[in-house]
Amino acid sequence: MLKIDNLHVRLEEEEKAILRGVDLYVPAGSVHAIMGPNGSGKSTLAYVLSGRDGYEVTHGGVALEGQDLLELEPEERAAAGLFLAFQYPVEIPGVGNMTFLRTALNAQRKACGGEEVSAADFLKLIRDRAKSLQIDPEMLKRPVNVGFSGGEKKRNEILQMAVLEPKMCVLDETDSGLDVDAMRLVADGVNALRDEGRAFLVITHYQRLLNHIEPDVVHIMADGRIVKTGGPDLALEVETNGYADILQEVA
Amino acid sequence: MGLPVRRQEDVEARIAHLEMPAGQAGWALTARTEAVSRYLAMGLPGRRDEYWRFTRPDDLNAPQAPPAAVVDFKEAPVFGEIDRLRIVFRDGVFDAEASDDLSCEGLEIERLQSATAHDIHWLRDVYGVLEGRGQEPVARPFAALNTAFANDGIVIRATDRVSRPVNLTYLHENPDSDAILHFAIKVESGADLTVLENGPAAARFNKCMEVDVADGGAFHHVRAQGRDHERRAVTHMFARLGEESAFKSFTLTANGVLTRNEAFIELVGDNAVSHIAGAAVGDGDFHHDDTVFVVHDAVGCESRQVFKKVLRNGAVGAFQGKILVKEGAQKTDGYQISQSLLLDEDAQFLAKPELEIYADDVACSHGSTSGAIDEDALFYLQSRGLPRPEAQDLLVLAFLAEAIEEIESEDIAEDIYGRLKGWLQRHRR
Repeated sequence: MLKIDNLHVRLEEEEKAILRGVDLYVPAGSVHAIMGPNGSGKSTLAYVLSGRDGYEVTHGGVALEGQDLLELEPEERAAAGLFLAFQYPVEIPGVGNMTFLRTALNAQRKACGGEEVSAADFLKLIRDRAKSLQIDPEMLKRPVNVGFSGGEKKRNEILQMAVLEPKMCVLDETDSGLDVDAMRLVADGVNALRDEGRAFLVITHYQRLLNHIEPDVVHIMADGRIVKTGGPDLALEVETNGYADILQEVA
Repeated sequence: MGLPVRRQEDVEARIAHLEMPAGQAGWALTARTEAVSRYLAMGLPGRRDEYWRFTRPDDLNAPQAPPAAVVDFKEAPVFGEIDRLRIVFRDGVFDAEASDDLSCEGLEIERLQSATAHDIHWLRDVYGVLEGRGQEPVARPFAALNTAFANDGIVIRATDRVSRPVNLTYLHENPDSDAILHFAIKVESGADLTVLENGPAAARFNKCMEVDVADGGAFHHVRAQGRDHERRAVTHMFARLGEESAFKSFTLTANGVLTRNEAFIELVGDNAVSHIAGAAVGDGDFHHDDTVFVVHDAVGCESRQVFKKVLRNGAVGAFQGKILVKEGAQKTDGYQISQSLLLDEDAQFLAKPELEIYADDVACSHGSTSGAIDEDALFYLQSRGLPRPEAQDLLVLAFLAEAIEEIESEDIAEDIYGRLKGWLQRHRR
């Protein structure tokens, strides 16, 4: 599904290398986790995948189902099936959550040559998805993320994911700012979307999210590279011993 | 407190070719003659006048209107889908054939010339009177000029709650037209009137509207100033609001090399409400100035000013807004916001918000901001599949929403929203 090949990235403004040769392959149907200490480049990887400005790819490439992702605009990446659940979802005053979701869904359908969704079908879809995430219908009427609690914002991200049904989901520190109950809701939302045709890249700081979203593969990222790859046990090892041991071991 | 007088010849040359309509009743003639005196005493504004600091008055001062190309946009007229009583002016001249029958239950509508030829009791208390009241403390010479020389217009008296709006439609067909229209409106106690305005009117348009809202009356006003690029306009709205009355006005301005919209609202009865709002969008040679003066002279009144401007490519927006709370106007609730969204670095927004308060138990707030599109929000929308231009339009419309929401009628708000959407689509980069 997603293939990252020797990816080197630096910040445009600072000439500072952030990613120094990331190699990663996430096959369809799998859940991969990336863990790593602060400043290791995890969030940069998420932003580069989604096409945010401010980063320059100096070497390497990214392919989504064989398609060169780096050539595409952010909206084209979305239409190609990529979805980033933001660490800090953006507040957009004046744009209703429903309007936003419907416009996004229709834009993606249009980009794929499909028909726009009817108002009635959309309403049905969104009610259904919102209900399973325990999202208050009132929240759908409010402007996007404005006045939402940390947990509501993250649930709103998962709701968007559930409505847009992307193939490749990147979750950037989705557990940050969540209490245990909210984390379980979010994890349930993600697990409900696990599917043979879909892949997940879960970026997280702590192992606890991975108790709820069980990964197939765990990668440790440090200093802009994947330094170690293993099974779910690797996450437990980090939880127990921290990153220091692993980093020393690979140094 | 008159304006510094420009050379007397210029002031006289400006009105040399203007004539009052013939056959005016004594009272009307007096009102017009007094307006001439006011005008001559005030003179024309100059660039150094504080009240004209943001807007060059030269094109308005010139004796002849600078020409403006006539454009046929080949689109359905604004408010076209709404059941309304249509009154049409062609380059500032009433067109009876194109207009609907002026009789409507709950309304007395008459053409200005004939109304001022005989004695209409209420009109004597409105025509030139509200304009005259609005000349202090700041001079508005183009309004006095209008009262003196308006050759056409309509007077309306609403005696009941009228659901059908009166739509003043201004067609522009002559590239040199210089139109002066005057409207005098009385909303009687308990009556309700909606007035819609649309169209560019002329190459240069001087419009004055005086609205007297009696106790418990309500006046709604929505206008869409035509989007001819080269048109120029100076408009004045004078309103006097009685006890528990309501005044709500919204203006959409798209394009126009020069637009100066002034409003002077007096809240003279307790618990009156005044909302005045505007959305302006400009790309290129565009100068738009909202100058608003709200006077609280009674207890428990509420006033809102909400003005939003979207500017790009050298477009200039200006806002001068003042809330004056007179002595004794306790429990005043005054709110004023003026904001601009600058879509590139060439656009400019100039703002002068003012509060002047002589009562001690009031709540007044004002704010003015100027900013660019939120890149984080733009990226967020793009990451969900919205193409960048579509995402930007959505954010711009969200920015304008607070002003559009001031329109009470959903149908009309929808129409205005659609026009703005169309404009944004046509002006994408």
